[in-house]
Amino acid sequence: MSIEIDRVNKRFGDFVAVDNVSLTLNDGELTALLGPSGSGKTTLLRIIAGLEQPDSGRIRFHGQDTTDLHVSDRGVGFVFQHYALFKHMSVYENVAYGLTVRPRSQRPSKAEIRKKVMHLLEMVQLDWTADRLPSQLSGGQRQRIALARALAVEPKVLLLDEPFGALDAKVRAELRRWLRRLHDEIHVTSVFVTHDQEEALEVSDRVVVMNKGKVEQDGSPEQVYDNPANPFVYQFLGNVNLFHARVQDGVARIGSVSLAAPEYAGQRDSRALAYVRPHDIEVLGDRRDDALHAQIELVSVVGPTVRLELRTDNSESVVQAELTKHRFRELGLGQGSDAWIRPVNSRVFLEDGELQAG
Amino acid sequence: MTTQTLTHVANPELAARWRRATEEPAWVRWTLIGVALTFLALFLVLPLLVVLYGAFEQGLQVWWAAISEPDALAAIRLSLLVVLIVVPINLVFGVAAAWAIAKFEFRGKPILISLIDMPFAISPVVVGLIFVILFGSQGWLGPWLAAHDMRIIFAVPGIVIVIAFGTMPFIARELIPLMQQQGKEEEEASLTLGASGWKTFWYVTLPNIKWGLIYGVILCNARALGEFGAVAVVSGRIRGETNTMPLHIEVLYNEYMFTAAFAVSSLLTGLALVTIAVKSFVEWLDERNRPAIASH
Repeated sequence: MSIEIDRVNKRFGDFVAVDNVSLTLNDGELTALLGPSGSGKTTLLRIIAGLEQPDSGRIRFHGQDTTDLHVSDRGVGFVFQHYALFKHMSVYENVAYGLTVRPRSQRPSKAEIRKKVMHLLEMVQLDWTADRLPSQLSGGQRQRIALARALAVEPKVLLLDEPFGALDAKVRAELRRWLRRLHDEIHVTSVFVTHDQEEALEVSDRVVVMNKGKVEQDGSPEQVYDNPANPFVYQFLGNVNLFHARVQDGVARIGSVSLAAPEYAGQRDSRALAYVRPHDIEVLGDRRDDALHAQIELVSVVGPTVRLELRTDNSESVVQAELTKHRFRELGLGQGSDAWIRPVNSRVFLEDGELQAG
Repeated sequence: MTTQTLTHVANPELAARWRRATEEPAWVRWTLIGVALTFLALFLVLPLLVVLYGAFEQGLQVWWAAISEPDALAAIRLSLLVVLIVVPINLVFGVAAAWAIAKFEFRGKPILISLIDMPFAISPVVVGLIFVILFGSQGWLGPWLAAHDMRIIFAVPGIVIVIAFGTMPFIARELIPLMQQQGKEEEEASLTLGASGWKTFWYVTLPNIKWGLIYGVILCNARALGEFGAVAVVSGRIRGETNTMPLHIEVLYNEYMFTAAFAVSSLLTGLALVTIAVKSFVEWLDERNRPAIASH
C-alpha cells in the first residue's frame, strides 16, 4: 500500500509544524522520517495516521483519498514512543484488543483470535508473557508487545513514532535490527520517526530528512549520507568540520589545499564553505605542500578509533579528525605534536549571497 | 533516643552516641503525638460519642420512634432522593469536564478550571441566595415559572439545584489531575486499533480512572447528604416536605427535642461513617492494585 502525501500543511497557532510537504512512500518500503525535534516529523506521521487533521492537503493510501477518514477506519498500525499499552489489561488482552473491539459481525471467533494473538506473540518472541501485565515487562519487551498489538489488525501501513526513543542504547540497537528483519518478513509499508541519524541510516530503505516543517532531502540512506543536499543535512547526519574556502571553476581551495568541486565548473571566484567529515580528514606526520599545518590539541581513544582535535594556523575553531588506532600508532604523534591535515573528501556549498553562474 | 533502632551498629559505644539525622529526642516525639491524640479525642471522638450517647440515652425504642415518625422519614427519604439525583448529575458533569480539560486544548481552559472550583469558594448561604434571586417569586425567572405552574424555590428542584451546585467540584477535581497525568496515548492507541469512541471510553478510559471516579463519588455523596446552608435558604423548611436530614435535625433541636435530634444525627453520622469506611476500603484496594499497574 503506497502512501501519497500531497501538499500537506499544519499549524499550531503561530507555529508551522508541517509546511507544504509532498511525498510518495512506496509499497512495502520502510521509510525513516529523520529530523531534529520540532521539525514536524511526528506531526506528519500523526497526520498520516489520522490522529491529526491537516489544515490543507490530502493523504492518499494506494490512490484512495483517506484525508477525511476517521483514524479508527483508516487501517493503520501505530506504535508510540512510550508504548501506550493498556495498563489494566494483560499482554494477551492488549494484543487481542483490536480484534475483540470489532463489531460482532466482523469479529473472528475466540479460537481464531487466540490463534492469531499467540502467533504474533511468538513472532515477537514473547509468547511466555501472555498472562502478565505490561508493567511486569521491560521497556524493550513492552515495545515489542506494542508492535504485536499494532500488527494484530493487519494494518495497511505501519507507523512508528520514535519507537526506540525511550530505551537504553543496547536494547535500542538490538530492537532496530530486529525491526529490520521483521519488516523483511512481513513487508508492510512502514514509516518510522526518529531523531537518531544512525538509527535512520541503519534500519530504513529510504530516509526523508525534515527540518522546520519542510523536507530537506529524500533518498536512500547512502545517498543522503554521501551526497547531502544542503548544509543542514550534512550537519545533521553526523559530525562535520567546516572550512572557509574559495571556489573557482570547479576547484575549491582551502588555504594551500585544492579540492575538486566539479559541480561548480565555470563558477567565478566565490566564497564558499567546505564540509568535511572527521573520517575524511587525512592526518600526516610530515610536511606536505597540499596539506594544512595544525597542532594536535586533544587525543581521545574511543575503542578502535582515535579522535583528534586539531587547530590549524588560521582557524579559530577546532578541526576534528578520526582515524584508526592502528594508523595513529604508525604516525607516532601525540598531544601537542605538529601534524598536517588534508581533506580527502568534501562537499562544498556556496556561502549565502554568492550567486552561482553557469 | 532508643537503643533498639541502633542494634545494627556494631560498636556499642558508637551506637550510644549515634543518632539518625531525622530522629528527634523522645520527649519531642511524645509531646507531638500527645498533642495530636488529645486534639483527635476532643474534637473528633468525643463529639461522636456524645451524638451516640444522646441518641441512645433513653433506649432503643425512643431512638426508633424518633427516626420512624413521619417527618423524620420524609427527611430521610428526601435526602436519599436528592443524593440519587445529584450524584449521577455530577458524575456525568465531572467526567465530561475532566475529559475536556485533560484531553483537549481550547481557549478559556484556565477559566473553566477556576469555575469548577467556585462552589468551594462561595459561602453556601450566598449560593442559596443566588438561586432565590434567580428562581424566587420575586426573582428574575419567578413570574415566568409561576405562569407555567412550576416551583423551584421552597420545593425539591431548588434543593437539588443548590446541592448539585455545591458538590459539583468533587468528581471533576478528583479526575482532572488523574486524566492529565495519564495523557491520551492509550486512547489514541485504541482508536488506531479500530475501536469506536464509545468503546475506547468504556474499555480504556474508564478502567484507568475507575478508582478516582469511585473516590469522587463517595466524597460527593457525603457532602450532598450533609449540605446545610444553601438548602436552608432555598427549601423554606416545610416539615415533611422540604426538610432534608440536616434541616430536620436543626428543627428538632430548636424545639428542644434533643433526643430526637440526636437520633436523626446518629443516622446521618452513621451514613458518614459508612462513607468513610467505604472510602478507606477503596483507597486500600487502589493501593493494593497500584504496584501492579504502577510506573514505567
